Amino acid sequence: MSEQDVSRRQFFVKLGLVMNGLAAVVLATPVVGYLLAPIMRGEGGRYRKWIDIGELDEFPEGQTRLAKYKNPISNTWDGETDNIPCWVRRVRGETFQVFAINCAHLGCPVRWFPQSGLFMCPCHGGVYYQDGSRASGPPPRGLFEYQYKVENGHLMIEAGQLPTLSTSASLYKRSKGCQG
Amino acid sequence: MSRLAKIGDWFEQRLKIWPAIQETAEHRVPAKSASWFYVFGSAALTVFMLQIFTGIMLALIYVPSAGEAWNSLQYLNHGVTLGWFLRAVHGWGSNFMVAIVLIHMVQVAMFGAYKFPRELTWIVGVFLLLMTLGMAFTGQVLRFDQDAYWGLGIGASICGRVPFIGAWVVHLLLGGPIIAGDTLSRFFAFHVFAIPGLLIAFVSVHLLMVLKLGINDWPMPGRLVRRSTYVQEYEDLTRKDGVPFVPDAVWKDMIFASVVIASVLACAAYFGPYGPSGQPDPTIVQTVPKPDYFFQWLYALLALLPPQMETVALLVGPVVILGWLILLPFFAGEGEKSWKRRPIAVVTIALTAVTLGTLTHYASYTPWSPIMDAWSGDPVPVQYLNGRSPLERQGAAIFQEKQCRNCHSIGGSGGLRGPTLDSVAVRMTHDQLVRQVVQGGGNMPAYGKNLNPAEVTALVSFLDTLHPANQPAARDAARQISEQGERSATPTGKP
Repeated sequence: MSEQDVSRRQFFVKLGLVMNGLAAVVLATPVVGYLLAPIMRGEGGRYRKWIDIGELDEFPEGQTRLAKYKNPISNTWDGETDNIPCWVRRVRGETFQVFAINCAHLGCPVRWFPQSGLFMCPCHGGVYYQDGSRASGPPPRGLFEYQYKVENGHLMIEAGQLPTLSTSASLYKRSKGCQG
Repeated sequence: MSRLAKIGDWFEQRLKIWPAIQETAEHRVPAKSASWFYVFGSAALTVFMLQIFTGIMLALIYVPSAGEAWNSLQYLNHGVTLGWFLRAVHGWGSNFMVAIVLIHMVQVAMFGAYKFPRELTWIVGVFLLLMTLGMAFTGQVLRFDQDAYWGLGIGASICGRVPFIGAWVVHLLLGGPIIAGDTLSRFFAFHVFAIPGLLIAFVSVHLLMVLKLGINDWPMPGRLVRRSTYVQEYEDLTRKDGVPFVPDAVWKDMIFASVVIASVLACAAYFGPYGPSGQPDPTIVQTVPKPDYFFQWLYALLALLPPQMETVALLVGPVVILGWLILLPFFAGEGEKSWKRRPIAVVTIALTAVTLGTLTHYASYTPWSPIMDAWSGDPVPVQYLNGRSPLERQGAAIFQEKQCRNCHSIGGSGGLRGPTLDSVAVRMTHDQLVRQVVQGGGNMPAYGKNLNPAEVTALVSFLDTLHPANQPAARDAARQISEQGERSATPTGKP
């Protein structure tokens, strides 16, 4: 075997490595794009849509009621997870507060107690006042609120995303009250 | 030559695997290591195999779709012959697997087995522990019920605490903006393909190293590990005082493994399968989500940590613990192996065990959670109503109606979030009680907006009666003097 042969083979091994590397990059690009899709799809607030949650008459003034809506971004196989609850407080007239069901501490479902005017969380004991502000317990802030508007006698909220400390229920409130 | 031997030979000619099997089986282990203390690794492997087998069985029926998973579990429980039993074995198998992996880890740590040259075996083991816990969490999600749904909410909320990229992490975890079909599908992929695949690979490497490096020698006080001499010493030990793994050591592994499997089967048959609890419908808000057994310590910790420490503990804590476990064999890779001369190791393990045990115990009765139906469900003890004035009884009604009972117990029932009130009047004067009720504080909400003055008066006069018969209620000394003054000034004044 001549020296030339060796270098020829070494060249082909290197060529093979480079070609496989290129193939890997070409393959990886769509895979990474595919894996990051849940992030990219939602950029710019595209995970939120305006949804009709009922006529104004369904929400008596001065009361807080559980409303349910179909998640706006959904698939047919979502089943019951498609039904999302929220607490609607009609302060007066067309002034509302629409709270996410999820406790600001760790996302458990808070329950409204009209007698004491408190929201209580069953998991770690977070408590909120009727206006959603934090009353006691571990939550670092008040309840998450949806943006709402009244159109043709219907209450609309902007929803679609699970609210956490870094994902807001509605787009505009992202910076509000997180330090609370 | 018998027909069977001929067939064996035919395969052996092609596979050429017999010498390797023989070498593995007959490799010499230190005689003292052929001990009942060394059976937990093989037991973990056995339960893992049981989990793979029962997992495949369940996958024959289970539908990994958010819309159908819960129904398919009901079908498994009630519609498929012995489906409930296989679910129960898989569920109990997971409990046993977490427990045995932890016991194995404790044994390895106590016996100094992570020291030179077995550092990498330990590090791979740390990742195996992580994967086992990952299997436990994803498995709990696949049991797609209310607990699974809100457990995912908790997972997402923890991710949401990551600074800067929290929203991305949440969306990656859930596979979308909210817990839905994509969420279950990806947890199925993790639980059934990704993590088990990694587990098999890591278990193989872990086992390979145990074979190549030999099982840890029984720690003798005073026999120190030195990098320069250990390998030679170990070789001498196995040569002089060694026994072949098969049959001298393996019989203990086999017996223990069969006892473990029998225990899993017995628990499965006796206790039955885990859930599923209610449907994964988030609009059913009358639910009290709780994680499975092995995560209850975390559930307790998140309730008991001061709120300002939580995010740091959640995000930095795991990194510190993991980093410490991985680095352990590097800063303690030599020296004494025996637990008898490693008090810090023993104390660390004992403290960890006591901490986890205590937290898990707390999680069994969750004193930090309000009891959501105590106000309407628990009766006021008769002795607290007998002989009381109408105002005081009205106060008792308000005490119930305003959900005070959800957080405060009286007569042994009610929530434990706030202090028990059976003797509250001894601790607080009338005025202090009024202030506490109206303004709240010390982790109690202020009730000023939700109680009118008459209700506060009634409630506090009820609370004033809550003291043992032989202990008077607390009184404000200044108030007493001023009342006496009033009385002497106006003889007809109130008593």
